[in-house]
Amino acid sequence: MNGPRRITARISIRQKAALCSIALLAVLLIVWQAATCTSGPDASVKSPDDAEAVEYAMLMGKIPETGAASQSSSKVTGFPTPAQFAAEASRQLAHPFRDNGPNDKGFAIQLGYSLARVAAGYVIALAVAVPLGFLIGMSRLAFLTFNPFIQVLKPISPLAWMPIALYTIKSSSTSAIFVIFICSVWPMLINTVFGVAAVRRDWLNVARTLEVTPLRRALRVILPAAAPTIVTGMRISMGIAWLVIVAAEMLVGGTGIGYFLWNEWNNLSLANVLFSVLLIGLVGMALDLLFAQLQRKVTYVD
Amino acid sequence: MDRQNRYRPFDSRATLGRCACGQHASQSEHERQAHASSATDAAMMSRDFVEAAAVRTLFPGDAARRSFMRAVGKGAAMTAIYSVLPIASLQEAFAEDKQGNLEKRDLNIGFLPITCATPLIAAEPLGFYKEQGLNVTLQKVGGWALVRDRMLNRELDASHMLAPMPLAISMGIGSQPTPTRVATIQNVNGQAIVLALKHKDNRDPRNWKGFRFAIPFDYSMHNFLLRYYLAEHGIDPDRDVQLRVTPPAEMIANLRAGNIDGFLGPDPFNQRAVFDEVGFIHILSKDIWAGHPCCSFSVSDGFIQRNPNTFAALFRANLKAAAYAHEASNRPALARMISAPAYLNQPELVVRQVLTGTFADGLGQVQRVPDRVDFEPLPWYSMATWMMTQMKRWGYLKRDVDYRSLAEKVFLLTNARRAMQQIGEPVPDAALNGGYRPISVMGRTFDASRPDDYVSSFPIKRT
Repeated sequence: MNGPRRITARISIRQKAALCSIALLAVLLIVWQAATCTSGPDASVKSPDDAEAVEYAMLMGKIPETGAASQSSSKVTGFPTPAQFAAEASRQLAHPFRDNGPNDKGFAIQLGYSLARVAAGYVIALAVAVPLGFLIGMSRLAFLTFNPFIQVLKPISPLAWMPIALYTIKSSSTSAIFVIFICSVWPMLINTVFGVAAVRRDWLNVARTLEVTPLRRALRVILPAAAPTIVTGMRISMGIAWLVIVAAEMLVGGTGIGYFLWNEWNNLSLANVLFSVLLIGLVGMALDLLFAQLQRKVTYVD
Repeated sequence: MDRQNRYRPFDSRATLGRCACGQHASQSEHERQAHASSATDAAMMSRDFVEAAAVRTLFPGDAARRSFMRAVGKGAAMTAIYSVLPIASLQEAFAEDKQGNLEKRDLNIGFLPITCATPLIAAEPLGFYKEQGLNVTLQKVGGWALVRDRMLNRELDASHMLAPMPLAISMGIGSQPTPTRVATIQNVNGQAIVLALKHKDNRDPRNWKGFRFAIPFDYSMHNFLLRYYLAEHGIDPDRDVQLRVTPPAEMIANLRAGNIDGFLGPDPFNQRAVFDEVGFIHILSKDIWAGHPCCSFSVSDGFIQRNPNTFAALFRANLKAAAYAHEASNRPALARMISAPAYLNQPELVVRQVLTGTFADGLGQVQRVPDRVDFEPLPWYSMATWMMTQMKRWGYLKRDVDYRSLAEKVFLLTNARRAMQQIGEPVPDAALNGGYRPISVMGRTFDASRPDDYVSSFPIKRT
């Protein structure tokens, strides 16, 4: 068999990688199937004889109920098989915009709520981090003053902020936004500080000789020079904001993909939990790609 | 005035006065029909009612009214009567009295997705809130601490709470002291001790040293009942076993993973553990204390002060729902209603087993216990007193407390009694005099007039 080798020589590295990814996915699915299909056949075949045993089996959801035939036919406990997951996911995908009151909405609506929340928290963080970062980056004194605070506040988990926010802000939806803000502000702030501080001395000196006003210097010299670093910070921050949203919404409840996940976990429906996990991952990837585009736009070569 | 007044005061053939309107043979039949009519109809009815009442005052004798109508004709009679009586403004005033007194119509009510909250959840699909002119948004909340915080924030106007929580919050245990009231008890019974399947043959609590149990919250009947049950069997709940506060879904996950040996949790999660084949029902909570309260419908005192009429309307809606849920024949329908994704988000089969009391126990038996859970709304003072004795017993409540005054302040028995009479629900005699119903927990009677003696009578305690 020397055929495949000749083909591999011709296809590019990207195509190769794509094939490898698909193969990896297939392996994962096979492992998943193998790991979950063990507890299948034992209950289904033997039908109990006496009425009591039949009723017991019915109450345990092992045999369909006598009255309502098709309803609740598939009882899923524990980890779902890929097929069960696919069935559940397609049920969700069929009604992305369903809206049955405040506690039962389709995943697309929930994603909308989450994205709006992330956007709000993130924009506030951006509005704080970039100007403050400029200030700190341009002044050594400010840097030394703020640095200890930043270092202490930076590693705090969103779950730790939540009770404090709820208690002081007294509104759960504002608290969620606050938590997104407070967790996503740091990478942007730190990157802005370093980006601004690392602008080449020569450029600043040129600006000084040309007697450029401070505002003009900040906008026309420092900002473009520091932009790649700042956008990298923004990209990291967006990743964190999206990480935080799930934790925040699980606590706050009501709306959002985090609530959706919690609600399904409360029903011990792992298929739906997996579905929302997958969804969170995909949206996170899309957001990251968006920032990758932006990053490409502002990058320059010295 | 071409529309026909349903009471037909201008009709020479109709009689006014058999019931309030004259259309029905009896007052009760009249009310039954009135319940069936919709909200817009209710406004119309109140106008008609005023008109009929006005005509009735003019003609106390029905025979006189009928002969007058026959003599002058309907149109002339109407004009004549409208000219002497301010019927239109009376009608307006009456309508305002019905609806306009609600200080707040849009309400946020919190709940946790468990069967304990059945009445306050079911009141929405049954239309009982609407009927009272309230526009209620039910908000599913992720945990008891969050319920507490969002009540204190005033984000929630009222909420489903564990019955001991308002006592704890009012006393400032585990929170800022904020006067909070129990309007009604949501459910009695309806909890269970669930053990992991591996303990199938280890049913004697005396052998449970070293077990790890999950409970939903510190200030819960679950905690107090589990502690009581263990202590009665000589197990010290603080020293011999571990108790962990855990959300219900995680109780089942932990039971499956073997991180805990059992839990005293809220339904439907006890039944869910059986359904998912990870545990069995060791004992129903009703066999520890038959008729114990569990969850409550609670509001802050501030809300009641600011919105007395709204509160009364909320009360009526809740009591009607409790009466509905109390009926065994309504339970299958209730199970269907509340197991929906917007409410409990559980398999209907599981919820139905809880509500009907015909359930698989996890050991291969079908048990039939119709009072596995029940819905009796009266917040007895003796219940509150018992809860405080247990808080004291286990060291949650360190200072001395005036049991009686606190119980009677936090548990709104008188209001519940009055509201029940208003909607025509029967009120037990004991609730009318005193409000201290006798309590017996695992064969030991509790004398609510001597709570401190009760606490010191236990061999295992933290005081």
